[in-house]
Amino acid sequence: MTDTAAERDLPSTAACARPTAGGVALFSVIAVIGLLLLFAPFVFSDVRSTQVAARICVFVVLAASYDLLIGYTGIVSFAHTMFFGMGAYGAAMGLKFGGADWGHLLLGSVGGVLAAAVLAVLIGLLSLRVKALFFAMVTLAAGSVMMVLASQLTSLTGGEDGLVYSTPRLFKPAMKLVTNADGEAARLFGVPLDGRLALYYFVFIVCLVVFVLLARIVRSPLGTVLEAIRENELRAEAIGYRVVAYRTAVFVIAAVAAAVAGVVWAVWLRYTGPDTTLSFDIMIDILLMVVIGGMGTMYGAIIGVVVMSLAQSYLKDLMSAAAGATSGVPILPHLLDPDRWPLWLGLLFILLVLFFPAGIAGTLMKKGSRS
Amino acid sequence: MRLSDKIAPSFERIGGVYALPVILMIVALPLVGSLSSWVTLTVAGLAMGMMIFLMASGLSLVFGLMNVLNFGHSAFISFGAFIAASVLTGLSAWVGAHSLGFNLLALFAAIGAASLFGLVAGIVFEYLIIRPVAGDHLRQILITMGALIVSEELVRAIWGDNPITVARPAALNGIFVIGGASIEIYRVFAFCLGLAVFVGLYLVLNRTRIGLLIRAGVENREMVEALGFRIERLFVGVFMLGSALAAMGGAMWAGYQGTITGSLGSEMLILITIVVIIGGLGSIEGSLLGALLVGLLGNYVAFLFPKLSLASNMLLMMAVLLWRPWGLKPAVKS
Amino acid sequence: MSGSILRLDDVHTDIGQYRVLHGVTLDVPEGGVYVLLGRNGAGKTTTLRTIMGLWRARAGAIVFRHRDITALHTADIARLGIAYVPENMGIFGGLTVEENMRLASATSRFDRTRLGRIQDLFPAIRQFWDKPAWSLSGGQKQMLAISRAIIEPRDLILIDEPTKGLAPSIIRAMIEAFREIARDTTILLVEQNFLFASSLGQGVSVIDDGRIVHDGDMAALAADEALQTRLLSLSMAAHQ
Repeated sequence: MTDTAAERDLPSTAACARPTAGGVALFSVIAVIGLLLLFAPFVFSDVRSTQVAARICVFVVLAASYDLLIGYTGIVSFAHTMFFGMGAYGAAMGLKFGGADWGHLLLGSVGGVLAAAVLAVLIGLLSLRVKALFFAMVTLAAGSVMMVLASQLTSLTGGEDGLVYSTPRLFKPAMKLVTNADGEAARLFGVPLDGRLALYYFVFIVCLVVFVLLARIVRSPLGTVLEAIRENELRAEAIGYRVVAYRTAVFVIAAVAAAVAGVVWAVWLRYTGPDTTLSFDIMIDILLMVVIGGMGTMYGAIIGVVVMSLAQSYLKDLMSAAAGATSGVPILPHLLDPDRWPLWLGLLFILLVLFFPAGIAGTLMKKGSRS
Repeated sequence: MRLSDKIAPSFERIGGVYALPVILMIVALPLVGSLSSWVTLTVAGLAMGMMIFLMASGLSLVFGLMNVLNFGHSAFISFGAFIAASVLTGLSAWVGAHSLGFNLLALFAAIGAASLFGLVAGIVFEYLIIRPVAGDHLRQILITMGALIVSEELVRAIWGDNPITVARPAALNGIFVIGGASIEIYRVFAFCLGLAVFVGLYLVLNRTRIGLLIRAGVENREMVEALGFRIERLFVGVFMLGSALAAMGGAMWAGYQGTITGSLGSEMLILITIVVIIGGLGSIEGSLLGALLVGLLGNYVAFLFPKLSLASNMLLMMAVLLWRPWGLKPAVKS
Repeated sequence: MSGSILRLDDVHTDIGQYRVLHGVTLDVPEGGVYVLLGRNGAGKTTTLRTIMGLWRARAGAIVFRHRDITALHTADIARLGIAYVPENMGIFGGLTVEENMRLASATSRFDRTRLGRIQDLFPAIRQFWDKPAWSLSGGQKQMLAISRAIIEPRDLILIDEPTKGLAPSIIRAMIEAFREIARDTTILLVEQNFLFASSLGQGVSVIDDGRIVHDGDMAALAADEALQTRLLSLSMAAHQ
């Protein structure tokens, strides 16, 4: 049996070629987001906003690579944070135990990314030949074990406390990229050209490169094959595509992208622990981002990440206001407690899956189309 | 002739995969060293296994019958645990009484309330979450995961973020000593309850017409319909039963652990997922096997190599998958 | 021959994005064996599955004994008295032969005389009564599938390529059994094996590319080799 009924609801990549009113709106929004991210250190002066911008960059890569699995290939994996964590821990261990220089960062990162790729190959070959449901279960178990390992192997990973380390000198806040006459970091539009700025652009550029690569992959012949497999697995197999090989390849690509995102995240945070990389909450966040944004569209990932990040920041404020306003009512304040925000996000998620399986981006792109 | 070919016939003769828990027990004895510690660990492992069986069997049966993998299944475990805790707190007079009768009454009230909740919530869940996305695996995984998030948050909203202490009936709290091995009464009770449920399920599945329909439906749903039976109605019943068993398992687990937190649901999800993968999807025999293996191994490893205890389940799962990719005892699918 | 028991009127069926039946019109008379012939992929199985409600007709009507069953649930169609023997036989391998039969009977008790007649017709059913069905051979599985279809009195039995992969000796036994069954039941038989089909069928329709391309008497078709060749391109395969 194939899942054709569902997949017809997902936007096909062909739909992107035909611009619709909704599509134009969508791309304008994405262009604005892209520009804001590009100039984030100059637009937002406070540290907190730059932090949000960097997080968005990293999660766009995570969500886009996850979408490659779930949206383009129809594979549901719960091990995406596992690969994210492997990249992060690789970089972290290199910097912590090797030294805060480029060589060790590279060594650790390559080690982490390679380990992620190898593990992805193993999991893929072992279980991608069976049903999607089974694969979801296996990855769920694998992800949880990686979490346990990270918190148990204290000597390597720092356990629950994680690892704190320094980054290469270029990224240190005290680093001056360009000095002015006073020997201080020169300013451009009032922003000091220091290590902080270099670090942000390191994050931005790496994430941009990975995202562009992912976007190219879905438009390449490989993307077409993936679509054929997703639409009708048996037929793709009959035509001669080695479905398991293709699926494993995609799983590995997604794993590598997630691991690279992990490296970047580890460098940005100067800290790596189970909660920042491996936790199931992050996995759920990625899932929500992709579904909210729209499965099967790379741009949906961007929308999903931005919406989720904004919601995480502002929904809590809104809820605490609402909780205060309803303090007389019996159970309602508990439900509106800011800590309960996943409840509402979960409900939104269920409603989206039920009524708008194409997500924001997919629904927008269909809107205003003549067909 | 390869070694595995030589072993296979004698392995089948001693009971095949059903002998695995026994083999595990025998292997553990010399490793543990002392007989009394071994008895304590084995009883603990069997009791834990039986509770996990209660929680996992519904997941496996529902999958077998309708190809529905309900990641929200562990929400019933979580609710069952918290409802039982509340009932036990409410009946603290009975729980603390020095009368076995009142103690048991309190415990049965807690288990009954949890199971009843499972039955009723099962219908609602099936109607709201499972039915709308029937036949669509991707959305099914997503929506049941969403349902798990929402129900975990509901548990936290109702019972708070802090861990809850579960009152355990006085009579079941003690231990008794046989030949130097101390055995918790509660564990014996948990084992007996789980065994009773397994035997009951086994009899229903193998001796009744409904059971015959369920087994046939797991194998080939379409053909059962072509013989004139509405399988969705059967499915709702199985779903309710599975949810009730999960809640019952959660209630027992609450008493076993003594303290429960709001993240119980997602923690148990991982465990029952591993159990169902090990056992093979769709059969209660498989779930029992997987649950007993996980329970026993967990206890032995925690004693022998404490560091490895959390990873032992995963190692077991990988070993089983390499040996039998479909699990130890999956349902026959045609 | 009396009136028709089953009528398909311009039935269209899609599977996924593929259009498989483009207007099948079929009139199966009551009593005897009616054969639906066609090449691989012509739409034979789809026709049977659409009748059974296992796939839904996009357009057209299916009428069984003056009752429109097009939109009925598969289980309700079965309960009207239609049995289905799919191409893969639909045997429950994990169940015993007895349990397979028990599932098909309306109550948990068997009609002893009826069961006795079936066991005389197919001795393997008696012989392997308490054995798991997966242990049967291909031919025995086919016999079980047919026994299951007739353990209750049925008005119509849909049988999909029962001879596929069976040895000639078993096929001969099958012909006898079908003649026996057809005394009190109508059989709609889907076949590729022309020799088998022509020795059983009275009426015949030929389906090709999702449409009925010929209706008529089996005897007439069997006599006219040129017509066979034109319609089926399968006479060679049948005479091998």
